[in-house]
Amino acid sequence: MNYLADVRTLARKDLLLELRARDTLPAMLLFVVAVFVVFHFTLPAHSSDLAASGLLWVAILFTALLGLGRAFVPEREQRTLDGLVLAPCDRSAIWLAKSLATLTFLVAAEVVALPVFALFFHGVDGSTVAGIALADLGICAVGTFLGAMAVATRARDLLLPLLFLPLAIPIVVGGVGASTASSPGRYLGLLALYDALFTLLCWASFEYVVAE
Amino acid sequence: MIQAHALGKRFGDKRVLRNVELAVPRGGFALVTGANGSGKTTLLRLCAGLARPSEGELRVDAERAAIGYLAHEPLVYRELTALENLELYGRLYRVPERRERIGMLLERFGLWDARRDRVVSYSRGMTQRLALCRVLLHEPALLVLDEPYSALDEAGATLLDELLREERTFVVATHDPGRVEHLATTRLALA
Repeated sequence: MNYLADVRTLARKDLLLELRARDTLPAMLLFVVAVFVVFHFTLPAHSSDLAASGLLWVAILFTALLGLGRAFVPEREQRTLDGLVLAPCDRSAIWLAKSLATLTFLVAAEVVALPVFALFFHGVDGSTVAGIALADLGICAVGTFLGAMAVATRARDLLLPLLFLPLAIPIVVGGVGASTASSPGRYLGLLALYDALFTLLCWASFEYVVAE
Repeated sequence: MIQAHALGKRFGDKRVLRNVELAVPRGGFALVTGANGSGKTTLLRLCAGLARPSEGELRVDAERAAIGYLAHEPLVYRELTALENLELYGRLYRVPERRERIGMLLERFGLWDARRDRVVSYSRGMTQRLALCRVLLHEPALLVLDEPYSALDEAGATLLDELLREERTFVVATHDPGRVEHLATTRLALA
């Protein structure tokens, strides 16, 4: 119970910081809408829905990357990660809370992004929404973990995409498969397996990421 | 409470601490002095458990919950108010009677009237006072203080003088040892 209370306390702090600073969510919203507008004009007329579905996943991935890049900015700028690491709570609670906050921002961006996508391209079916929901979990779990690693380095802005994008390939494969395949079940299964495996790995190893 | 033997710390090829010997008994006061870059902050981070030694041994007989660490930075969120920052840390440290304790500390350090202001609007001295509130919130038995007088005015410094006379174990690093020299039971000059 204490663990969940710590996660709630830390996630509440991240949401409050965003509410005050409004650094992350507006940027994600503007970015994802701008990307769809650009794609709308770059995709040749009469292109297939399959191509548009691929672009949807590109937009989601890079929008998430934008949010992940900002996840640890308050901790980096104000060196508050030391304060959190010193607290006698399980350090993985920091990762879990940050992942949940980033997930909230990403879902909020998608709530706007999906209707915009439907307006410009084509409607989004249930399996695509399920794929996005599962992908969001993996993106936020792995991305937040890597964000914590990158924040300690000087090349953090470069390092996060370099580490994250290769690890996100299974998410893209699963997501695009769930959006386009006639039987999306196995792709949704792949995403669920990815989520379970990487969430467990990140949870178990976060302690070593924040220990100097 | 703290025992260090042949303690060293490297960052890559750079050695920032070498062969440090330190023994601080429970209730003792260790005064750490040294020029810029001599490794004072690194030693304090090691004592607080924020870093691991590269060489030698370090034993700190205190759990994380019993350590209060005052860093160069206040370790508070600028976009949160003083109350919100202390609530955050109070919850994480599971401070009993949290509200009362926070109120008492804010009163003691003269921040009660500014408790609902965001830290970004605080002066450097007020921020340092808030950092001291954060450090004391969970009643730590071991206080590790890095340049604690930094940015404090005379009234704030007097409050800190009172704190340093309390029954706790202290490790204090400062450029200006004159103010606490008389309290020190252990002295360590880093070269």
